[in-house]
Amino acid sequence: MLMTNFARLFDPWDEFERMRQPFFSQTAPSNAEFPAFNVWVSGDDAIVTSELPGMDRGAIEISVVEKTLTVRGSRRSEELAEGESFHRKERWFGQFTKTFELPFGIDAEKVRAQLAGGVLEISLPRAEAEKPRKIEIKSE
Amino acid sequence: MAEVATELQKKEVETKEGIERTRTRKVYTPAVDIIEKKGEIVVVADMPGVDEKSLDVTLERNVLTLYGRVEPAIPEGHRLIASEYGIGDYQRVFALSDEIDRDRIRAIVKNGVLRLVLPKAESAKTRKIAVTVE
Repeated sequence: MLMTNFARLFDPWDEFERMRQPFFSQTAPSNAEFPAFNVWVSGDDAIVTSELPGMDRGAIEISVVEKTLTVRGSRRSEELAEGESFHRKERWFGQFTKTFELPFGIDAEKVRAQLAGGVLEISLPRAEAEKPRKIEIKSE
Repeated sequence: MAEVATELQKKEVETKEGIERTRTRKVYTPAVDIIEKKGEIVVVADMPGVDEKSLDVTLERNVLTLYGRVEPAIPEGHRLIASEYGIGDYQRVFALSDEIDRDRIRAIVKNGVLRLVLPKAESAKTRKIAVTVE
């Protein structure tokens, strides 16, 4: 909804294209390509999304330690029977590990992840102790 | 840390000069595998965010078009602090040879992957020609 109204004025994706900073650290043992991630934050939580088409829940492992989120996964290549051949092979396959340092500590108990239509969405609530608090100013 | 590996980059569809899209949304080219099997050709396309309702597969004359619509979901009240991929529609066009049996084409979408099975027409299946001696 918001997107359609604002798209003419600016495209948030373009905006952040320039922000490709070494925010992520990653390793890929078997294939030199990784799925891409986006990270959203608000005062209360962080949302990490990635496009992982063709992977099912069992192929993805998510772990959280304090501020650090690690996502591991693997995707297999199409298997060929005898006499079959690839005309094109563009889809990535292999294993990946991606580690994120989030700007705040995470309440690991409340982390939720869902996978729908090949899109992974991890919701990471900020640890209660780290939430911003409004400080009342007293007058004497 | 030296980064040797590259990130997967989504490729945007190129439009011909003079042609504009009516929608402002970006359109990406899905990565595909095309496998030649005995009786059929299988096209596998990565189209994350697409389901059976938002995907159109059309065949007009010899032109097979895959078009998947994706609604960009921006979580309310959040700001993007790191972005490696954009969200948009998917489009890819293939020219089919005549050897496909058009009536038996099947399309299945699961976990954001489209699997399109294009059965070869009977006449196109390899025939062994017997060579006789005079």
